[in-house]
Amino acid sequence: MYAILTGPVLWLTFAVCIGGLVARGVWYVKGLNWQLDRVPYGRYTSYAVKGALKSVFYWLLPYGSRSWRMNPGFAALFFILHLGIIVTPLFLFAHGLVITERFGLPWPAIPNGLADALTLGVLVAGTIILLRRFALPEVRGITRPEDILVMAITLAPFLTGFVAAHSGGQNSPWLIAHIVSGEVMLVALPFTKLSHSLLFFLSRAQIGIDFGVKRGGMKGRGIVW
Amino acid sequence: MPEGTFCNKRPINTEADLKALLADSRGRTYYQEMKELEVDRGALWATIQKSCRSRFRTWLSICARCGLCAESCFLYQVNGRDPAQVPSYKIHATLGEMIRRKGDVDNAFMRQTMEIAWSKCTCCNRCAMYCPHGIDVGVMMGYVRGLCYSQGFVPWELKIGSGMHRVYRAQMDVTETDWVETCEWMAEEQQDDWPGLTIPIDKEDADIMYTCNAREPKHYPEDLAEAAILFHLAGENWTVPSRGWEQTCLSMFAGDFEACKLQVSEVYAAMERLRPKRMVGTECGHAHRCTVVEGPYWAGRRDGHPPVPCLHYVEWLAEVLRTGKIKIDPAKRLKVPVTYQDSCNYVRNHGLAEIGREILSYIVEPGYLIEMTPNKEHNYCCGGGGGFNGIGLYRPQRNKALITKRDQIKATGAKLVISPCHNCWDAIRDLEEEYHIGISWTFLKPLIVKMAVVPEHLRPKEEDEE
Repeated sequence: MYAILTGPVLWLTFAVCIGGLVARGVWYVKGLNWQLDRVPYGRYTSYAVKGALKSVFYWLLPYGSRSWRMNPGFAALFFILHLGIIVTPLFLFAHGLVITERFGLPWPAIPNGLADALTLGVLVAGTIILLRRFALPEVRGITRPEDILVMAITLAPFLTGFVAAHSGGQNSPWLIAHIVSGEVMLVALPFTKLSHSLLFFLSRAQIGIDFGVKRGGMKGRGIVW
Repeated sequence: MPEGTFCNKRPINTEADLKALLADSRGRTYYQEMKELEVDRGALWATIQKSCRSRFRTWLSICARCGLCAESCFLYQVNGRDPAQVPSYKIHATLGEMIRRKGDVDNAFMRQTMEIAWSKCTCCNRCAMYCPHGIDVGVMMGYVRGLCYSQGFVPWELKIGSGMHRVYRAQMDVTETDWVETCEWMAEEQQDDWPGLTIPIDKEDADIMYTCNAREPKHYPEDLAEAAILFHLAGENWTVPSRGWEQTCLSMFAGDFEACKLQVSEVYAAMERLRPKRMVGTECGHAHRCTVVEGPYWAGRRDGHPPVPCLHYVEWLAEVLRTGKIKIDPAKRLKVPVTYQDSCNYVRNHGLAEIGREILSYIVEPGYLIEMTPNKEHNYCCGGGGGFNGIGLYRPQRNKALITKRDQIKATGAKLVISPCHNCWDAIRDLEEEYHIGISWTFLKPLIVKMAVVPEHLRPKEEDEE
């Protein structure tokens, strides 16, 4: 079971995840149209690059955008959630061990204590964000079942991984659950709003170009954060 | 009744049709007919498939439904934080649903979509600045308006407005003769105070070609006179075109992008015909947005620019005050509490925030300017943008929308609001009439005319000297 899940199924998962995301990215860029979008793509490159980079940077920077500053609590939850989601799986000692064993690649690792803290951060932040959905009328009103499902898909590998790391060995049902839920999450990436893992960058770059070239960047400041 | 006599999918292309629709007072029959208007589902879906591409579809699919857009929207704030006023809700309930149902929507849906598109969004684009993904609901709502227009679901006044552009190439029934005569009349009227003042028509190779808003020649010709006085004072080599003088485009509010193309092409043709070095437009937000910012794309100009460099009035005014072509009499600087209205269309959407402050630095006594909160690129819509001011059907909603601006202005304690935008100016006038907060409001032109130092050689000669 473990061998199949971490062998062919894992490779298939990666193929679907990466292939799917690349397809969405290519489809996005190919679908941009200067006349319909009313943005002069491909011209005024220095303004475009500056606008795009600013647009991404100020949103990746904690409290960099006015919107983050106006919602300090939500911003904190957002950054804790995303930091843990990205750092933990990539630099977990146990994940690195698998990579080193299989491919002989040296892999940097974070201390297990930090990984635990990040994981708990993901679980707590994710849960509060989910509760926020129901607590705030303006968010409840736009919530769909899919939003809850996607959060569950996102949190499941962290919950199961945390329990697996602290409970049993290779044949623990928690480890199997962790691998399966992790694979479900990767497969879900291109097909759900989790596709923002790539499309966030493209969408932010696009609006950055729009404001940075056409809507003020060449006369004034473009979007001001 | 699939197609009404007044309410139908056909654009207004003749004077006779326009007059007939105008005669349907307040659109009574028009809106009655709209209740029966059939949706051409096939055409709607075909249009969406052709024109709703990856940008909009990706925006709709990655919207995290986090609700951060809610507070950015003044209509959400001012309507008791109604969840149905959250920008994300509004776009998913309209464009999102049309796509999900593959265009299979009915009359009731389209009428509800019309209400959302014109009374719950002014296309101010503020939400785009507050969304983590940079989703611009205002841009999408502009597109939704286009879909509604193509199916005949458009507010009566805007169907007329876009018809005006189609028939007269102006938002009002101002013909070429009317325009030229108004220019001549205004020039003549000024001779006593401004001897030698002219409004040169169709002068080739001038430094400046001036364009304006049809409301000026139609209802406020003194605005045109003030523009002429200031060009005269600054010693500019300027002209107005006999055709292509109308800078606005109500059809942009109506979602009639074919008419938008017709309109801006007329102005661009004037630029090409008269070869001015630059165009200067009047104190209007949407005029600038359509002719300078969006127009080049409608007209198929790949570089995204009109044929000659174009300035908003505030840019020209800042330039002549900076260079001293027009000097302000220091004794006449404003010494009342003043605030300044940032127009969404050229401040948030064209970066002209700071240049407005430069003008204020010349004309307001230090200490008398009190900024609204928020301001500049983050300022709220006046409450009447995107056509909202002009739609009788949604007047109660518009009046409610004015409350945001009313409270912003009240909080400054200002007695005078400077508003270099027709639409904002109207909204501020209406909010004073509706809520009586004791303010006055003004464009820049009349202020500058009163405050400018008039050089000796431009003054009228005293009679006894002659």
